[in-house]
Amino acid sequence: MSTVLEVKDLGINFGGLRAVDDFNLEIEENQLYGLIGPNGAGKTTIFNLLTGVYVPTDGVIKLNGVKLNRKVPSAIAKLGIARTFQNIRLFSDLSVIENVKIGMHNQVRYSLFQGILRTPAFHHDEDFIEKESMKLLEVFKLHSYAHIKASNLPYGKQRELEIARALATNPKLLLLDEPAAGMNPQETKELMETIKHVRDQFKISILLIEHDMKLVMGICEKITVLNYGTVLASGTPSEIQNNKQVIKAYLGE
Amino acid sequence: MKKLKENKKLLILATLLGIIGVFAIITVLTQQGIINRYYSGILLSTCINIILVVSLNLTTGFLGQLTLGHAGFMAVGAYASAYCTKVVFASLPAIVSFPLALLVGGLLALVFGVIIGVPTLRLRGDYLAIITLAFGEVIRTILLNLSFVGGAKGYSGIPRYSNFMWAYFLAVATVIIIVMLIKSRHGRAIISVREDEIAAEASGINTSYYKILAFIFAAFFAGVAGGLYAHYMGIIEPKAFTFNKSIEILVMVVLGGMGNIKGAIVSAIVLTILPELLRSVSSYRTMIYALVLIIMMLAKNSPAFKEIIRKIKNKIIKKEAQE
Repeated sequence: MSTVLEVKDLGINFGGLRAVDDFNLEIEENQLYGLIGPNGAGKTTIFNLLTGVYVPTDGVIKLNGVKLNRKVPSAIAKLGIARTFQNIRLFSDLSVIENVKIGMHNQVRYSLFQGILRTPAFHHDEDFIEKESMKLLEVFKLHSYAHIKASNLPYGKQRELEIARALATNPKLLLLDEPAAGMNPQETKELMETIKHVRDQFKISILLIEHDMKLVMGICEKITVLNYGTVLASGTPSEIQNNKQVIKAYLGE
Repeated sequence: MKKLKENKKLLILATLLGIIGVFAIITVLTQQGIINRYYSGILLSTCINIILVVSLNLTTGFLGQLTLGHAGFMAVGAYASAYCTKVVFASLPAIVSFPLALLVGGLLALVFGVIIGVPTLRLRGDYLAIITLAFGEVIRTILLNLSFVGGAKGYSGIPRYSNFMWAYFLAVATVIIIVMLIKSRHGRAIISVREDEIAAEASGINTSYYKILAFIFAAFFAGVAGGLYAHYMGIIEPKAFTFNKSIEILVMVVLGGMGNIKGAIVSAIVLTILPELLRSVSSYRTMIYALVLIIMMLAKNSPAFKEIIRKIKNKIIKKEAQE
């Protein structure tokens, strides 16, 4: 197994606040990895560092050996890291399929002028986008909603559409920021299945932030616990569950 | 699927026939003398306004960035193309020099678009509105003080090459190019910036690039429209390109609906013809214009009005079905 994502001694300062310090992470191919921690531990900050929204103060981030530091978010997305957001960010005025099509932007190569002049390359590529987008929607059983406005989807479906859009960029690593937030136990269970299925079908690694312990312990192969911006513990779910420091951080003494 | 494609081809054919049909009718009417010089002037201004409105719609409606200096780009195009036909390409025949001049006008406006767009479009928020507002005024003031293009006296003696044919087909070309752009992956990228910039970036879209792209496209077409205007008027003055002109175009965009090309065309036609109709009651003109605007905006967004439109649409569809 080769390493997909390698993070070494990552840190960021916001003014005088050290939000993330000495953070290390290694994700292997096809791995389902969990990132947990109490509120304000810096989990989303780490996502923002990995995707280029924030520029790290120190440390190195490497995706398949390519350094990502100082790259803009769109360049990092092109290299193969896709993400979803804690508070869903869809293109809400556009149709469901348009959302996915925008995700597929970099999968085809036709130029601006080929697009305006409607050359064969345009038709070929657009047909490809249409077919692939439909296939992606079918994975999430969203194909019957393809032409309705994204904002009209029920909440759970919106979360799934966001994952579909992220997958449309053809990522090597998918970051999910609290995918089960606001879902009931039944929906969460279905989501667990979907996440596993996505990992197997698309052969990608997944890093997820989640507060729902049932979900994290149920599907993640490895977990890192974050507290006050530093790594508290890393290991398999059973190791984490029996770690004294983790219990202390979550439950108090 | 196959039927869908055939339908599409039919639609394209019908649109092309419509475009040529309208042109043929207007040409015949002009030759018969039914459309006099005054009316054909209004038609020409309408076409110029369509170019301006549809291009501004690209930045304001589709990209979602408020720009208040469209008249500035128009001024750049107008003066540059006028200078070209009068001085640079003066020895060439009109059929060559005029399109070349329009192209130069458009390209110079595009260059100004790059100069303003590159630093400001990287920022978020309302900076662009303020900078473009300033740009429009700066351009006007510079032109006011440039003696080789007439300064405050205005730049006169511009050959009157613009005619309805040029304006009409350039307006058609502008609309087609912008529609084609919007309905491609690049257009989707432009719209995604309006919808959610952060999500667009995360989807691999270089938002800075697409912001500048949409912005300079709009600037280019505004420049071409300016060139048409200059060669229609024969004399241009800096005061024709004030902040008011920019607002006038913006009002047309807003009335037509942000990001709605058909609406933009209709509102450009209505709001060009309306002030002319109101000439007979000249002292109340601006008042009535304002009132009509307010009423139209209210009506456009009222549920009752939408219901009426829907009913009319249904009737038309039913009739077609019966046939």
